[in-house]
Amino acid sequence: MDVAIVGIGLHPFGRTPSMSGLQQGAAATRAALADAGVDWSDIECGYGGSQDAGNADAIVNEMGLSGLQFTHIFNGCATGGSSLHAAYTAVKSGEYRNALVLGFDKHAPGAFNASPADWGIDDWYGEIGLMLTTQYFGMKIQRYMHDHNISEKALVAVAEKAFHNGSINPTAWRRQALSSEDIMASTMISHPLRKYMFCSPAEGAVALILCSATEAKRYTTQPIFLNAAAVRTRHYGSFEVFSPSQPIKQADSPTVIASQAAYQQAGIGPADIDIAQLQDTESGAEIIHMAENGFCEHGEQEQWLRAGHTQIGGKFPVNTDGGCLANGEPVGASGLRQVHEICVQLRQQGGARQVPGNPETGYTHVYGAPGISGVTILSR
Amino acid sequence: MSDSPIHANLFTWPAEHPSLLGGLCGHCGEVSFPAQSSCRHCSGTGSSVIELGDRGTLWSWTVQNFLPKPPYVTDQTAATFKPYGVGYVEMPAGVRVESRLLTSDPKKLHIGMPMQLVIERFSRNDQGGHNLSFAFDCLEVN
Repeated sequence: MDVAIVGIGLHPFGRTPSMSGLQQGAAATRAALADAGVDWSDIECGYGGSQDAGNADAIVNEMGLSGLQFTHIFNGCATGGSSLHAAYTAVKSGEYRNALVLGFDKHAPGAFNASPADWGIDDWYGEIGLMLTTQYFGMKIQRYMHDHNISEKALVAVAEKAFHNGSINPTAWRRQALSSEDIMASTMISHPLRKYMFCSPAEGAVALILCSATEAKRYTTQPIFLNAAAVRTRHYGSFEVFSPSQPIKQADSPTVIASQAAYQQAGIGPADIDIAQLQDTESGAEIIHMAENGFCEHGEQEQWLRAGHTQIGGKFPVNTDGGCLANGEPVGASGLRQVHEICVQLRQQGGARQVPGNPETGYTHVYGAPGISGVTILSR
Repeated sequence: MSDSPIHANLFTWPAEHPSLLGGLCGHCGEVSFPAQSSCRHCSGTGSSVIELGDRGTLWSWTVQNFLPKPPYVTDQTAATFKPYGVGYVEMPAGVRVESRLLTSDPKKLHIGMPMQLVIERFSRNDQGGHNLSFAFDCLEVN
């Protein structure tokens, strides 16, 4: 049974001091219900998560104790992708006629400080100062730039594009365009990555309503079809965060594996995709993920960015809403923001950031610690 | 006052020429750091502790430029914080080990350079001495 997205809702990303993360989740849920023209009491099941803003199943306290089946999901930065995948399989199986997918979060300012014990690592690793995701991203792109001849200019181009797109997205957090000079002048965080090349932990919420494709027209005139949803974890030999060591022989990343599974499910390939949302925890991640998801060859990114191919008017727009760089990363909601944006673009509702040429297919890719990737392929 | 390793089985100590320690899977031969009882490659459980040596080559690197939050242990403040290097050092025994680097000058770090293990006093222990940790330094080759 095919699955459609018939309602989308988003509470603006950034900082909302007056609302808890859960309340932001409720605002997004109400927006998605209104968009689908459906009542809360009609929703049969829900899947969702947050990292720092409490249990997602507490949403019933805000929305109403309707008795629906609700499962809280936590899968690091890939929480949104995993929640969507769970809802997708629930509807696809025919068990439920519709499902809510919900992600929200509210993080304290500054870098995450993970506990080694939560990741199966002894305390010494954190005590000596190695338990930082920023270091991992720096080392990963440093090696990638060395292996594939990517320059610092490419890192700057990704950030510049993100903040430009953020400046024309009314729900983005960072809404000021930055010049390449601004980006190069920002503080060095973890070589070669500077402050404006990193996303920051933030707040925000996204909700989606799914139903079987055959019933989609009951809810909306503009259903977006979920042609594939795949989530994969790392294989032995994939270079991932919080790794005291790694084997010499490298394996394909979980992104490559999830991507291939999604293409197989959808029966199409990267050349058939019109627009994409790719995990851009930092500039380097977007560059790596352009190739890992099959859109270009490793090393080709430099030329793509120089030619503007991934800008809104380019041949393959990436992160049209400003991505994580301009929206920040509320972990529970981030992967769902990507899906929300593809729906907006395929419905032609992007306003100032609408991709020209009437895009028909979209792709989302979320990636998180310690090596989880979630990919979806969508079409109208 | 006595100095002691910050954790068991990370490196040989006391030793005139300390070596990093790792794990060798008796089933598939994969090498890990630190040693662990079950193998990430084959899920085997017969692992033994082996010496990984004290020299390797730098596989990738970065510099930690801001004061980390806990669980980082330090008496420095944001104002007194000194950046430190971090890298993966490829050991000839067959594993890349993540480590602090004594060098934090990006101009002096490059992929492929030879590195030397050093054992350093890191933080105070509860016996009035120091916790000893491992790090790598750039190896001058003449």
